[in-house]
Amino acid sequence: MISRLSAITFNTFREAVRDRVLYNLIIFALLLVATAPLFSQISLGIEKLILVNAGLSAISIFGIIIAIFIGIGLVSKEIEKKTLYTILSRPVRRWEFIAGKYFGLLMTLVVNAFFMTAGFYLALLIVSRGLAMDDARLLIAIYFIILEFFIVTAVTLLFSSFSTPIFAAIFAFALFAIGTFSEDLHNFASLAHGVTKWLATGAAYLVPNFATLNVISQVAHSESISAKLVLFNTVYALLYSLTAVVIAIVIFGRRNLK
Amino acid sequence: MKTSRKLVPLAVLLLVAAFSGSVIALRGAEAARGSRATIEDVLYLPSPQAVKRLSLGYSGLLADIYWTRAVQYFGQKHLADEMNYNLLYPLLDITTDLDPHLLISYEFGSIFLSQPPPAGAGQPDKAVALLEKGIRANPDEWKLYFSLGFVNYMDRKDYKAAFLAFQRGSQTSHAHPWLKVMAATMAQRANETAMAFEIWKFLDDTTQDKLIKENAEQHMTAIVVDRTIMELERRITIYTQRTGHPPASWFDLGRESLLSGVPLDPTEKPYKLMPGGTVEVADPNSLPFITKGLPPGWRKSTKPRPSESNEQN
Amino acid sequence: MPALEILGLSKNYPVGFWRKTLKPALHPLHLTVNEGETFGFLGPNGAGKTTTLKLLMGIIFPSSGSARILERDFHDPELRKEVGFLPEQPYFYDYLSAPELLDYYARLSGVPEVERRRRIPALLERVGLSDVGKKQLRKFSKGMLQRVGIAQAIVHDPRLIFFDEPMSGLDPIGRREVRELIQGLKDEGKTIFLTTHILSDAESLCDRVAIIHQGELRGIGVVEDLKSKSADKNEVVWHGAHALGAVSTLVSDHHVTGDTVRAVVSGGDTDSLLEKLRQQGARIVSLIPLHGTLEDYFVEQTSGGAQAQAPRTQEVKA
Repeated sequence: MISRLSAITFNTFREAVRDRVLYNLIIFALLLVATAPLFSQISLGIEKLILVNAGLSAISIFGIIIAIFIGIGLVSKEIEKKTLYTILSRPVRRWEFIAGKYFGLLMTLVVNAFFMTAGFYLALLIVSRGLAMDDARLLIAIYFIILEFFIVTAVTLLFSSFSTPIFAAIFAFALFAIGTFSEDLHNFASLAHGVTKWLATGAAYLVPNFATLNVISQVAHSESISAKLVLFNTVYALLYSLTAVVIAIVIFGRRNLK
Repeated sequence: MKTSRKLVPLAVLLLVAAFSGSVIALRGAEAARGSRATIEDVLYLPSPQAVKRLSLGYSGLLADIYWTRAVQYFGQKHLADEMNYNLLYPLLDITTDLDPHLLISYEFGSIFLSQPPPAGAGQPDKAVALLEKGIRANPDEWKLYFSLGFVNYMDRKDYKAAFLAFQRGSQTSHAHPWLKVMAATMAQRANETAMAFEIWKFLDDTTQDKLIKENAEQHMTAIVVDRTIMELERRITIYTQRTGHPPASWFDLGRESLLSGVPLDPTEKPYKLMPGGTVEVADPNSLPFITKGLPPGWRKSTKPRPSESNEQN
Repeated sequence: MPALEILGLSKNYPVGFWRKTLKPALHPLHLTVNEGETFGFLGPNGAGKTTTLKLLMGIIFPSSGSARILERDFHDPELRKEVGFLPEQPYFYDYLSAPELLDYYARLSGVPEVERRRRIPALLERVGLSDVGKKQLRKFSKGMLQRVGIAQAIVHDPRLIFFDEPMSGLDPIGRREVRELIQGLKDEGKTIFLTTHILSDAESLCDRVAIIHQGELRGIGVVEDLKSKSADKNEVVWHGAHALGAVSTLVSDHHVTGDTVRAVVSGGDTDSLLEKLRQQGARIVSLIPLHGTLEDYFVEQTSGGAQAQAPRTQEVKA
């Protein structure tokens, strides 16, 4: 099982790396981080603030774009191209296939984030003429961004397991967008009554909560992040992703593939 | 299939463009229903809540972008000597909604929202509103209380409110010790120019913003000029009383041991001794904010506009 | 020992606007293939051949019935270590090279690393791809892809191999190469189950065939037996054209050259014809059985709709 899982994981990673689209996005992201020092023309003293905001936002945004862009085709591409037939005719369980795809894409995103983080710290070094102790706090923000990737990848994989790429992209992006203001949903739910209240509350918890995973502003202002938040966010992201992947496995497991 | 590979990013791009376009169009429709809406309004200023939603959680970055816009907006208008800074408050409002901890924007707002045009927007009440929003989000930042006191003192002449602000500020954890002093002084000598000078100097020392620093120094210079002119006119009065006629030149005063040499203003130009015994500055345009030494009926002449001028209103 | 036992597998698809009507793609199928056999599964396009294979591979799920592969339940994933599959017009990960692809697939089939390193170069040579190096599969021709396909189907040395239309889209040279490869596997004692609608391939490779049409099994048996069953005709040549009138109802297709008549008669009527000719005083020159072709049998079974012939589930024995 481990051998098959890791084989599929690494193959998915290899596919993403050899997919030339990925490089375009990385270049875009690097460009963004490179232009951040230009902001210092405007106001002294907040260069670092702007760099942190721009850099971390770029790592997050581009990772999510890559997650969705590749994720939507994870399953549907294999069905369309019939590469899946020769996989399933082997001792590969359907759940291993889905899990392998998931971890493969996740690995791609983490490696990508790693390189962008290195570039980001380099830019930080140049702008601040040195690194301070609390620049390590930025790593927490990046860790949370990776937790975001866990969720986005799982959700996109879920949609990919039963719908076409375009719809999977729309659903995934919409879910992401709504997830960023899930706090508003919670507020709305607390103000509503009766059936609306139950529906809104259900929706508020169903939708992934990305607001809690976005601490970019806080670390930009050198605020500390509580260990409790780190713990709860980790558990939340893992459980939510697990749920989405399990649903994907169930759907895919019962599906008659064309 | 090569076609569908190319279509997906195109479709996504189209989706994003269509969505953004529809948001802009919607704002345009809403604005058109209200009073005269300019293109600027429509493009730059959706409501803070809408912007916050659209930011998809990246509000820190968007705040920085709006902050940049606010500074650029102000800078452009300032350069052209505009009297109308309508968008400054909305831009700062959005900025601070997106990032309530962007302290520099509150400070900027306190200076340039409150000062009368063309130096600022002439909206001290809006400045106070912005600052109070800032204080709610950052109750322990002494600078915000200082700014609040500043606006109340300088532009609203509400000395009691200024005193209260300085006092609250002096009680924050890392308060600058001068806040206590300023509170005490405010209680006693509110409308002396010495007080005003202290406050501008304090601002000059503690700000990190180029424009604010420049503005503070101009004000300090103006107070020095005002004071100098008052003193000069006082000595002219003494001379007139002694000799029975006003002095014809600065050397007359020198002969009476009332002055040594020719007094120069901070721009290194000599003060002009007028026949009626008043003093005027050589070039009022180079000394903004002075209240004394202006020729009677003098109006600030408009600076020549750049040749490719476009309507900015 | 049976390598494959299909026990009433069937598949229906819901069609229509409300998805209420069920269209049968495969009627309950019963079929057994013995170990070491090369079995041909024949039928026109859309007959249900690929559906059967997809059901066996677990790509789609049956509406009823089950199967046993190598004595195990057909959904048991472990049995797939012994099974190979080459789908029709296959497509592989085009960003991989041939060795990478084979290594990946072998790994998924549980082949240990040492074995993989040993086997893959030999396998590439066997299918005629020893000089492709690191070339990515997206640059392969159709024939080369088919050979990669065969390679991935056997890289884990399975006992039973399924080929779905292995010759489709190949030129005559490609087809011969594939035929030789399959023959090679047959010689190794592997069980082979192949679908095709090219009868000459089935004739030359298969021990037994089954014919499927519109989702139903129409005939099954050893190739030779089926051929002769459909043929069952004799060619008779005699001197004595005068006798033709008396036997004209018994013969079809006659030629007269001078006094010699050449005619075709069905197997069952041959004895009565000979009797009648003797009575007429004709002299028999030759009696030759005509070779039937599989094609005749095939066309016979697949012409017309469901009413043409009752589906045969019994083996045809000569």
